Amino acid sequence: MTRQEITILLLLLVLCAIVAAASPQFLSVVNLQNVARLVGTYGIFSIGVGVVIITGGIDLSVGSICALLGVLLSMMLVEWGWAPAVALAAVLALGGVLGAAHGLLITRLGLQPFIVTLCGLLLYRGAARYIADDSTKGFGTGQGFEWVRALASGSVGGVPMPFVVMCLVGLMAWVLLHRSVYGRHLFAVGHNAEAARYSGVRTRAVVAWAYVLSGVLAALSAVIIAFYTNSISPASHGNFYELYAIAAAVIGGCSLRGGEGTVLGIVIGAALLQVLRNLVNLLDIPGSLDFAVMGAVILFGAVADQLFGRRMRRGGA
Amino acid sequence: MTTGPLLKMAEISKRFPGVVALDRVDLDVAAGEIVGLVGENGAGKSTLMKVLSGVHRADSGAIAIGGVPALLHGPADAARLGIAIIHQELELVGTLDAAANVFLGREPHRDGLLRLLDRRRMEADTERQLARIGAPIPPRTIVRRLSTAQQQFVAIARALSMNARLLVLDEPTASLGSGEAERLHAVLRDLRAHGTAIVYISHRLGEIEALADRAAVLRDGRNAGVLPRGEITRDRLVQLMVGRAIEQAPQRPRAPAPVPGAVARMQLEGVRTGRYPAAEVSVTVNAGEVLGVAGLIGAGRSELAEAICGVAARRAGRVLLDGEPVGIHSARDAIRAGICLVPEDRRHRGVIGAMTVRENITLPALAAYSRLGVVRRTAEARAAEEIARMLTVRAPSIEAAVATLSGGNQQKVALGKWLARRPRVIVFDEPTQGVDVGAKAEIHRLVRRLADDGAAVVMISSDMEEIVAESDRVAVMHEGRITGILDRAQCTPQSIMRLAVA
Repeated sequence: MTRQEITILLLLLVLCAIVAAASPQFLSVVNLQNVARLVGTYGIFSIGVGVVIITGGIDLSVGSICALLGVLLSMMLVEWGWAPAVALAAVLALGGVLGAAHGLLITRLGLQPFIVTLCGLLLYRGAARYIADDSTKGFGTGQGFEWVRALASGSVGGVPMPFVVMCLVGLMAWVLLHRSVYGRHLFAVGHNAEAARYSGVRTRAVVAWAYVLSGVLAALSAVIIAFYTNSISPASHGNFYELYAIAAAVIGGCSLRGGEGTVLGIVIGAALLQVLRNLVNLLDIPGSLDFAVMGAVILFGAVADQLFGRRMRRGGA
Repeated sequence: MTTGPLLKMAEISKRFPGVVALDRVDLDVAAGEIVGLVGENGAGKSTLMKVLSGVHRADSGAIAIGGVPALLHGPADAARLGIAIIHQELELVGTLDAAANVFLGREPHRDGLLRLLDRRRMEADTERQLARIGAPIPPRTIVRRLSTAQQQFVAIARALSMNARLLVLDEPTASLGSGEAERLHAVLRDLRAHGTAIVYISHRLGEIEALADRAAVLRDGRNAGVLPRGEITRDRLVQLMVGRAIEQAPQRPRAPAPVPGAVARMQLEGVRTGRYPAAEVSVTVNAGEVLGVAGLIGAGRSELAEAICGVAARRAGRVLLDGEPVGIHSARDAIRAGICLVPEDRRHRGVIGAMTVRENITLPALAAYSRLGVVRRTAEARAAEEIARMLTVRAPSIEAAVATLSGGNQQKVALGKWLARRPRVIVFDEPTQGVDVGAKAEIHRLVRRLADDGAAVVMISSDMEEIVAESDRVAVMHEGRITGILDRAQCTPQSIMRLAVA
């Protein structure tokens, strides 16, 4: 494990210990399952955003994609009567298409990722509101598509399904990022795209595919979140999710300059954020301080990391 | 009036975790004197200069300027004392213009509460300093758009505008052509006549011979000797740098003459580059030969290399490999066809500094060590070890980050990444720029070996000695065109220069 991973894992454990001591309810099965479900849900799209960050880019559209795809999913299943398998495939494909659009705009036209995905953030939410006519969507009783719903509310041996899905996604992402040729190319481009190009790496394709991945994982999360909340208000559904993702990635060791990061780090980062939210709930801290608590803890972690020395990853001189 | 040296560094020692960088080093420089400072990479030259400029604090020893002990806590102190350093990696802000860079940190301002920038004075002064060194660069030019040589002149103008008493230049001619280097030397001689003390760090021993009043040699962090003007010769310097005489490498045996009628390994027909769209280049390179490419800075050599190797767009013309035209529209195409480039800007294009030796070496050929897209780590590590060993890359291990290696070893990594692919054509752009004497000889041996193993080698170089010694033929370029191709026998610095200024 890298130094960063160990540091935030320790921070996570310390945090859990503090919460458990302050509120024994933390360790109750119900609560842990809840936290695990949230970690799984948020973790999936955080991994996608993390991969994009490693290329040196950013994806701000994740929350709005959740809103748009959530609305569409509801309409597909409830209003248009699509078969669940078809609806699921369509939603995932759409996520990929949106990601591809981002990727192409960024690599072919040379637009900045911040601008492209910011516009995505605005466009997709606007589209969601328009398509839903600004009404809240849901899944009613959920008849006819129970198995899709199980993705969000089911569990495997007590472990919530979203967490299991995240572990699977994480495993595949780990292989992709740290063991595959694509992953090596991704890190090379993130560190130094020019030098990577001179070495024959197809830098544009590598970056574009990262955005596609982010789109697909956002879509997968959208499905889970839609069923989890069972109430999709297009104006607010998925608000700020991208910030959670970016925070998780950065805590987990991804540098916003690109070229650095690990899948495990992103997952631990996502877990840290959800435990913090849980802490706010359990300790009866006013919900309005939710973000403030998260911000303070993340800042503390960053300062501690900097003060105790940040050596180069390898061969420190 | 003090008669002692302007700069006196005495018994300077500096240690970093695990390594002694300087061990009781002395250096004296008098006003109106040029002292050459030489030493292999890692000998301590840069560290000594960083101590002088205030970037590092010496562990022990004393520095005196004009007889007065100097306490340097940071670069600002050094500047205040009239010490100006021009680093090899020019520290200019690319997005600002020349005038802004010349006055960076010392911007003149108009009177008044707002302290508005006095742009007029900045530009007038900048123009004056640049004219003084014969570099007609408009002061409003954005530095990023200037060539490396021009950026160097801006850096020197900056030092001049600070009225430095002591000027330190670190590898100043590394990216200058011989004409520009001459101009620089004239400026330095002029400054010397006006009483400036100059420290001139360079691997180009010929320049030290020509320019220096004295030459100080460092070896392994210690003084290895000081030669007075009359005794400065290349051989003596090398002897002191290395501690033993380097056997003169035997003259490269001539490459076997191409069989008449045989198809050349690479033919360029009417190739035009973006920089000189009106100029056409046609030349052939045979397997087993080293074609040197000489010319002044700006002759279009790098642009030609990039066009052949797919990195830059080729405006027109054909490239034929073994008689067959190849379509090259990207670096990847060229590499797949067997044409590889070791680029000029090693730090930013040749290697990925943050990645390890292993990762850099295997980057272009990862597919060979992977199955179903997943990298097989043991095979990869083994291949990287082998290549690193073959090239004698000096690093703690193949897991060391390339940025921590010396210039020469970085260059070996930049070259090593192509070896696994057995390139048919390999283009070197300034292969030994900023590389110390020992590594230089090793790289020349590697270039020879690549040619002997059957590749066609193109070697772009501004180092006249290197071109003459290592090439079988030399193509000389001027403003995008090849003005002449010299055979080995006709190859002398003079004949090359004559064609280069055409």
